[in-house]
Amino acid sequence: MRYFARRLLHGVFLLFGVSVLSFLFASLAPGSFFDEMRMNPQISPQTVAALRAQFGLDQPLPVRYVLWLQSVLHGELGFSFAYNSPAAPLLFVRARNTLALTASATLLAWLIAIPVGVWTAARKGSSADRVTSASTAVMLGVPDLLLALGLLLLAVRTGWFPTGGMVSPSFEAMRFGQKVKDVAAHLALPVVALLAGTLPVLVRHVRAAMIEVLDSTFIRAARGHGIPRQRLLFRYALPAAANPLISLFGFSVGTLLSASLLIEVVMSWPGLGPLFLEAILARDLYLVIGGVMLSTLFLLAGNFLSDVLLYIGDPRIRAQ
Amino acid sequence: MQRRKKLEGIVLVLAALHGVVLGAGFFAPYDTAAQNRALPFAHPTRLHFADARRKIHLRPFFYPWVPRAGVYGEYEENRSRPCPVRFFVKGTPYRIAGWLPARLHLFGADEPARIFLLGSDGYGRDLFSRVLYGGQISLLAGLLATGISIGLGLLLGALAGFYGGWLDEILMRGAELFLALPWLYLLFAIRAFLPLQISPAQAFLLLIVVIGGIGWARPARLVRGVVLSARERDYVKAARGFGASDIYLLRRHVLPQTFGLLLTQAAILVPQYILAEVTLSFLGLGVSEPVPSWGNMLANLQHYDVLASYWWMYLPGLLLVLFFLGYSALASALHERVGAVII
Repeated sequence: MRYFARRLLHGVFLLFGVSVLSFLFASLAPGSFFDEMRMNPQISPQTVAALRAQFGLDQPLPVRYVLWLQSVLHGELGFSFAYNSPAAPLLFVRARNTLALTASATLLAWLIAIPVGVWTAARKGSSADRVTSASTAVMLGVPDLLLALGLLLLAVRTGWFPTGGMVSPSFEAMRFGQKVKDVAAHLALPVVALLAGTLPVLVRHVRAAMIEVLDSTFIRAARGHGIPRQRLLFRYALPAAANPLISLFGFSVGTLLSASLLIEVVMSWPGLGPLFLEAILARDLYLVIGGVMLSTLFLLAGNFLSDVLLYIGDPRIRAQ
Repeated sequence: MQRRKKLEGIVLVLAALHGVVLGAGFFAPYDTAAQNRALPFAHPTRLHFADARRKIHLRPFFYPWVPRAGVYGEYEENRSRPCPVRFFVKGTPYRIAGWLPARLHLFGADEPARIFLLGSDGYGRDLFSRVLYGGQISLLAGLLATGISIGLGLLLGALAGFYGGWLDEILMRGAELFLALPWLYLLFAIRAFLPLQISPAQAFLLLIVVIGGIGWARPARLVRGVVLSARERDYVKAARGFGASDIYLLRRHVLPQTFGLLLTQAAILVPQYILAEVTLSFLGLGVSEPVPSWGNMLANLQHYDVLASYWWMYLPGLLLVLFFLGYSALASALHERVGAVII
């Protein structure tokens, strides 16, 4: 338990650090949301000043930070100037969609990567192994931006998939089964785009970890006992190779979030990405900071989950 | 031996690719800003070797595009006027490496015909020329940003590893903070807090500094690890016993050990940073028109009609893929080689 408490505390410290860092950068930023109003001759400078005062922008930086911390404790995460509402509800809806996208991509990626990695490691040097490693190298060479654009082209040309968004216009009128199908159809292309970026990395790591374990003496002994190949690979070797893979899982959440930001924008998936970009262009300060905080939180949650899995899976960590 | 040959081959191919982009002025037939308003979104020019009477020519030729009568945006070949492709022609003036004036181009066509190897964009600008010149911006951004990251990482990692103590503690906590953030979000957030309307040159410098600056943490951690183990080696202790200064020790005995590691790291970072520039410019946060970069060229595809109708607007991306494949092959070859040397 002390182990988890320490990890959690560490996470809280990191979040704190990130928030201070974003506030520092934000205070250095030239321009604000109200600059365009200042240009507008119909809005008097007094009105702009009053608005700034209302949102606390005329206060010095530490005061603003404390005000923001208070609003975080109220579950508001600051105020969005552009939407004229607390930032939290805006962010949470989008974060849910991002989570749906990244979680399905992660799940699918591991479901594919583990069998493929184990299979190629068991047949190291065979032609199937070489074809797989060549194709992972090619997949790594195609940037996800291009891939997303290519998939969009496919959708436009063939009409097999919807070309963006999360639901069809007639979504509200659908029955439950149809709704699920509709979202799944919209989910397909962004998930494929995300998969293409993560899958090759995962396959390579699974393969490398498995090869290392398959070389060890206990596997040779088990093989000598005549344990069937399938059982040997998945019951004996895979759990022994799991440790670095679980760490990789925690690590890959960050990469996935970054990739997803871009793919969401290109494929107009209503996740955090498009909202974040919009907020940047509008100089919607607290929405930007909220986006950074939420993405960090996701990342920390991923790391924490992998810590928990390591704790369950590895008795050595429990003993410490 | 074979491994060494492989590495040399990869380096050669990459050098050739960089050479083509660096010599964009020579390889590209037109200036990046030269517009042909009568030829928006023209298909890639078709090169022919056999003429209407089935006679084979050694010199390739093409039929210039003419707008199809009555339809907007469609073209047909003007069969009555074959134009030969001319090699080593005098054309638009340019400067070699931004300095030496020159007029010689690898190929071109007699005026007023236009040769569009990769088609043209909405202003009738030659995509092939723009892709090469755009590569200069994108590649330079990637290389310089990598230089900044590696330089910062080397400096801070060496300080943290060599002196240890509170400095080490602070620097490594900072590195953790930077590594904890999803880096594209971090990049965007920092870009968000910088001015939006700036000239392409300013934007370029800003991009390099931001992209390179936020990437310091990983190289710094790697350098610190190597320095930590190197500083305890017997020969380093011996040199210290002979009265060598810290600077001398670092320069002569410790930092050379990080070299292979940093080279591999650089081969990983360059394509990543090129992509960062491409992404930011793609979303309108980086280098903007009329200066071409791979990112803002691909940005045209955000318009539905361009995406659906003009497939050749994707072609700039192919060059990006070539560079990516080259660098990832380089990184894995270096990794094999350096891994064998260091450990």
